[in-house]
Amino acid sequence: MPFQMIAAPHLRGPNTTSKYMFKVVIGLIPGIIAATYFFGWGVLTNIVVANIAALLFETIALKLRKHSLKKYLTDGSAIVTATLLGIAIPQLSAWWLPVVGVFMAIVIAKHLYGGLGYNPFNPAAIGYVVLLISFPKEMSQWATPDWLGPVSPDKLSFAETLGIVFCNTIPDTTSLDLLTHASPLDFLKGQLKLGLEIPQIIGKDPEMWGSFAGKGWEWMNVALLIGGLYMIWKKVITWHIPVGMLGSILILSAIVYVISPETAVNPIYHIFSGGIMLGAFFIATDPVTSCTSVKGRLFFGIGAGALTYIIRTWGGYPDGIAFAVLLMNLSAPYIDRFTIPTIYGAKKAEK
Amino acid sequence: MAKVSYKEISINGLWKNNPVLVQLLGLCPALAVTASFVNALGLSMATTATLIASNVVISLIRNFVKSEIRIPVFIIVIASAVTVVELLVKAFAYDLYLVLGIFLPLIVTNCVILGRAEAFASKNTVVASFVDGLMGGIGFTIILCSLGAMREVIGNGTLFDGMHLMFGEAAKAMTLTIIPNYKGFLLAILPPGAFIGLGLLLAGKNIIDHRS
Repeated sequence: MPFQMIAAPHLRGPNTTSKYMFKVVIGLIPGIIAATYFFGWGVLTNIVVANIAALLFETIALKLRKHSLKKYLTDGSAIVTATLLGIAIPQLSAWWLPVVGVFMAIVIAKHLYGGLGYNPFNPAAIGYVVLLISFPKEMSQWATPDWLGPVSPDKLSFAETLGIVFCNTIPDTTSLDLLTHASPLDFLKGQLKLGLEIPQIIGKDPEMWGSFAGKGWEWMNVALLIGGLYMIWKKVITWHIPVGMLGSILILSAIVYVISPETAVNPIYHIFSGGIMLGAFFIATDPVTSCTSVKGRLFFGIGAGALTYIIRTWGGYPDGIAFAVLLMNLSAPYIDRFTIPTIYGAKKAEK
Repeated sequence: MAKVSYKEISINGLWKNNPVLVQLLGLCPALAVTASFVNALGLSMATTATLIASNVVISLIRNFVKSEIRIPVFIIVIASAVTVVELLVKAFAYDLYLVLGIFLPLIVTNCVILGRAEAFASKNTVVASFVDGLMGGIGFTIILCSLGAMREVIGNGTLFDGMHLMFGEAAKAMTLTIIPNYKGFLLAILPPGAFIGLGLLLAGKNIIDHRS
């Protein structure tokens, strides 16, 4: 048997958009499994509905813009956007909620700006923000993780979930008020506004606080963190944005926590609650809308983290990742302009 | 002076040189008050009245105003016209006056009016200026009302809601419910909806222009 010598470089084929997007979807799988385990089938119906709508809108938009369907539909970007949005919106939401969000994301935020690569804002974040400001009631009805006994969403059968999502029929044994709940962050915000202190708030609903960052939410975030580390390992993303973002949230929340532990939750709670891991690893790292220079990415992450913490703590919304990412998207070109890397050997410009 | 064709003035005001869609003037009221059809109609009719009045008066005095001081003179004329219109709305449609609020006196700062005074009325005859003001005003009205109707249908699911503010109690029956049991799409009512809606209207005009 001849020993084949292949000369370097050992290429594995070009790194296409669809390969990149495929790895992002793989990275999302642990998070999806954890979310489904804690919040029930509603997570999967959200993702499936969002994906079907995304492919439909993408096809229509590409047809109208007279672009090749084969080339752009298979690049996977619509699937990633739809899946991210499907995870981010409340489980058990009616079918039209992800559809409206995906429409805003794919048609308004992507194709009207010129398609993938030309969009200044992250499509999934736009879709989420539009839903958040348009449907405040629907967007605060989060599925209750299992602690209320037999009625929690993860104990609903698949058929019952479909009934809630598509026909608005709620099983007789339960009600929408039992199935849905304010998210732990929302609850925290509301109680702090009433002037309560952290120990009292935890005392009101200790089950909801889970082990360290809110029942269900904490493990979903851990799973997303694992998926994010996979993406860094596979070199889909670099470490700069997630580290900058988580680091700035940790440092800011640690400072506030040390100053006033009665009115601020601890830093660990902050980085494992809400959508932090989804935002830090999957949304802020979008190569189109974030910075391109290495130093710029670090600044991008730090800025997104600081804004998230500020909106969470002092702003009107319980979680501010989507807003923070959009604001940083807006400043990304300027950050890039001020962080142009110097070419090796070049002298620094004289001032 | 070149002979003016009324047909050309009309086409310019309504389409080719539409104040909102082409000149992008008067965007502040166009974006801020078009959350419903009735608001858009009220404000654009007030603007049209002001535009006609200021165009006619400025055209009448155009030969007596020295070029150096024309802008202050125009502004005084426009401000007087706006004050008259504002008082009329306050007298005959008080509810509408309350809804439109600050945007009624702010018509003074609407660039469409000063723009037409400077570009047209100060150089043309009274009749031509009247036609120009009327057509420009109708062009403004059509766009504002389309935007208002669009935002009202998408945001609220209704059309012509609140017409009694302008036309008295009998007009309450005009409210059409386009989409029954609609939950409302708040974004269309909020400022971002105005920007997106105006952008879509602009795109629509450009498509039509490119096709022909």
